[in-house]
Amino acid sequence: MSGYFDIPSDLQNTWAGLIGLHLREALLPVLAGLVLALPLAQLCVRFRWLYPPVLGVTTVLYAVPSLAFFVVLIDYTGQTELTVMIPLAVYSLVVLVPAIVDGVRSVPQETLAAATAMGFGPVRRYLQVQLPIAVPALVAGLRVATVSSISLVSVGALIGNQGALGNLLAAAQKYDRPELAVNSVVTTAVLAIACDAALVGLRLLLTPWMPRGTATRRPAVVK
Amino acid sequence: MNVLNFVDAFFSDSAHWHGYDGIPRRLLEHVQYSLLALGLAAAIGLPVGLLTGHTGRGGNVLAFLATAARALPSFGLLVLIAIALGFNLLPVMIPLVVLAVPPILVTTYEAVRSVDPAPVDAARGMGMRESRVLFQVELPVALPLILSGLRSAAIQIVSTATIAAYVSLGGLGRYIVDGLYQRDYEKVVGGATLVAVLALTTLALFWAAGRFAVSPGVRRR
Repeated sequence: MSGYFDIPSDLQNTWAGLIGLHLREALLPVLAGLVLALPLAQLCVRFRWLYPPVLGVTTVLYAVPSLAFFVVLIDYTGQTELTVMIPLAVYSLVVLVPAIVDGVRSVPQETLAAATAMGFGPVRRYLQVQLPIAVPALVAGLRVATVSSISLVSVGALIGNQGALGNLLAAAQKYDRPELAVNSVVTTAVLAIACDAALVGLRLLLTPWMPRGTATRRPAVVK
Repeated sequence: MNVLNFVDAFFSDSAHWHGYDGIPRRLLEHVQYSLLALGLAAAIGLPVGLLTGHTGRGGNVLAFLATAARALPSFGLLVLIAIALGFNLLPVMIPLVVLAVPPILVTTYEAVRSVDPAPVDAARGMGMRESRVLFQVELPVALPLILSGLRSAAIQIVSTATIAAYVSLGGLGRYIVDGLYQRDYEKVVGGATLVAVLALTTLALFWAAGRFAVSPGVRRR
């Protein structure tokens, strides 16, 4: 069993250290994507004509393969963590913008009118009414972004040992120790599922008004 | 622009255009892997998604399965299976299919489930059998969303098929992986450009397929 956690010394890290590194390389970009996506989405909601072109550009950006993205960035940022994190931030942004726009747009007009009638200014209305109601859509986007980000960090191993847990895969081949690859895959998957569960928990905390248990069902149809 | 010089140098070198390691051959390999993986994923995802979407049952199970499949790192899975099963096509197909099934399955389920119930009930009232309700009413209305699921699956496959090169298979990833080892930056950037162009072509193809296949009445909404 000890073979699974016996990390080769050339990685210069412990198993726990690799997990920390992996989480940092995966989650900071999601955070950066969120910080950029919120104002961008708000602009798209405010100026409707802006949304189709933004959606087009982000779809094209999402089509750029991660490996190609990493490689092109090496020229500017070198074989560093930043090279892995910039594309992941862009992918997060691409997933989050439509999620937030759809969520904010789904707030009913009556609710907005009620908030305005109660004397809410635009900023307070956004922070206290629109954003909380958009939380389910926002968290759904965050879940996809986070899980795919955690999975994609491993590819960083291809550009000079920047893949955190993914580096174990290269080590598994180099030293002919398959148990390291098992460790890498299982740990990455568990990290992804744990972060996913944490986000679901966060959503439950933030949306006490949502019906619990069985979610929205299609109304029963007469067969 | 440094990168553009590399791109130019790569594509203007005639040695890159023919032979065993030539662009046409690598491109063909890449397209073959991608089509095979997309076909397999669609063969699993579409029927299951249509059926569960039609009955409206099993959504929670599907969501759970999709999350689990998404959580598996494609690159890790590739290396692991390659070590276990040897270096052939199977280790590449498994991660690609695992990667592509969730978007197809979940989007198809959501698309069919969220079809306006009024025309579906009208179709039943007219005496259509369930299979005809599914294929002649629900499917055409749900098609734009189903295509978007297939599109995101196809794009992810095309970009991820590059990692096939890591387990000594062909495809456009060959240029990136070999170039990185040989410190031949021109080759790396050339390969990356080809993959990006192929992904964008896929995007364009799906856009065209949508224009062609989606009924005008559905498109207008």
